[in-house]
Amino acid sequence: MRFPTDENVIVGLERADDAGVYRVSEELALIQTVDFFTPVVDDPYAFGQIAAANALSDVYAMGGVPKTAMNLVAFPVKEMDLSILRAILQGGIDKIREAEVVLIGGHSVEDKELKYGLSVTGFVHPRRVLTKKNLRAGDRLVLTKPLGTGIVNTAIKAGLADAKLVERVTRTMAALNRAAAERLAAFRVHACTDVTGFGLIGHLAEMVSGSGTSVHLEAAAIPVFPEALDFARMGLIPAGAHRNREFREAMVDFDRGVSRERQDVLFDPQTSGGLLISLPAEDAGALCAQIRQEGGTAAMIGEVLPDPAERIRVG
Amino acid sequence: MATVDARGLSCPQPVLLALGEMKKLGRGALEVLVDTDTSVENVTRAAESLGWSVKETQPEGGGYRLVLEKS
Repeated sequence: MRFPTDENVIVGLERADDAGVYRVSEELALIQTVDFFTPVVDDPYAFGQIAAANALSDVYAMGGVPKTAMNLVAFPVKEMDLSILRAILQGGIDKIREAEVVLIGGHSVEDKELKYGLSVTGFVHPRRVLTKKNLRAGDRLVLTKPLGTGIVNTAIKAGLADAKLVERVTRTMAALNRAAAERLAAFRVHACTDVTGFGLIGHLAEMVSGSGTSVHLEAAAIPVFPEALDFARMGLIPAGAHRNREFREAMVDFDRGVSRERQDVLFDPQTSGGLLISLPAEDAGALCAQIRQEGGTAAMIGEVLPDPAERIRVG
Repeated sequence: MATVDARGLSCPQPVLLALGEMKKLGRGALEVLVDTDTSVENVTRAAESLGWSVKETQPEGGGYRLVLEKS
């Protein structure tokens, strides 16, 4: 398919990045993104928060500042109580407010299946756009949220997760990627994305493909919900994780010491996952220290290698 | 041989049924019928997590038949 384009499109459909970017002037570019999905948790208020944090994240991942948002709602109005919709929208609004973004509209349709999400518009300087491309040998990779939310959500569906774990995972998915994103401007960031449905390996594979580099991941350094490893060992793994593995495993070399359950977590589809950032080693150390000092999660999980084979090695 | 028919069920139900039956039996042989690749992978992990082994995984009627054993 050929898409209409013009010279001011900085990131368009062909690039398949986290969001589209359009140059308005020498100083300003618009970032536009849209995302919506079916509930990932039972609590409607928390679902609203998670959907909003997820939609906003694409703007952060492009190096931008989100400014405006619009609601997208599909709701089975005949079968479901309107108080559920109100709670979802309240969760979304509270999260948008936390991000200092304004809600300026929206659209709703009647549908058999409940869905909620947002379209978000943000600003970025045209020369400060962060994309998935541009990994450089010697860079370190930083991840800002623990992995395993897809597996834990499967365990929640199975009734095997306790209330404390549900609370922890919900809080992680509802957390904005804002704090980490705001720190990036002070560092020499080469590439950035957020970890969502394709899992860590899937999103990393998009960064590695065409980069002329390879990456090495330090499995033990990658933050995960420890319970996700236990649930994966029991086979509580979402179909998406198996699909992600099937799609990308040809690019990956696992050392023998990396257990099957740890591999599963690396392929686990994430809802509203963290930022995955590539930047020089000394910057990576300082960035992680800053984010952690402010109470966030940030871990150096691997490095970019000068090997042009475009492999993902996990040891 | 005891059988768990988890065809038509989506994740995580097949795993829960298989885990429940393995725990009930303690040891022996168990046949599990599923209809997705995901369920094959997940039931295999579930079996191994309880010390059972997968003796057979065969395509059957558009799905799969797994035979699990523990001596």
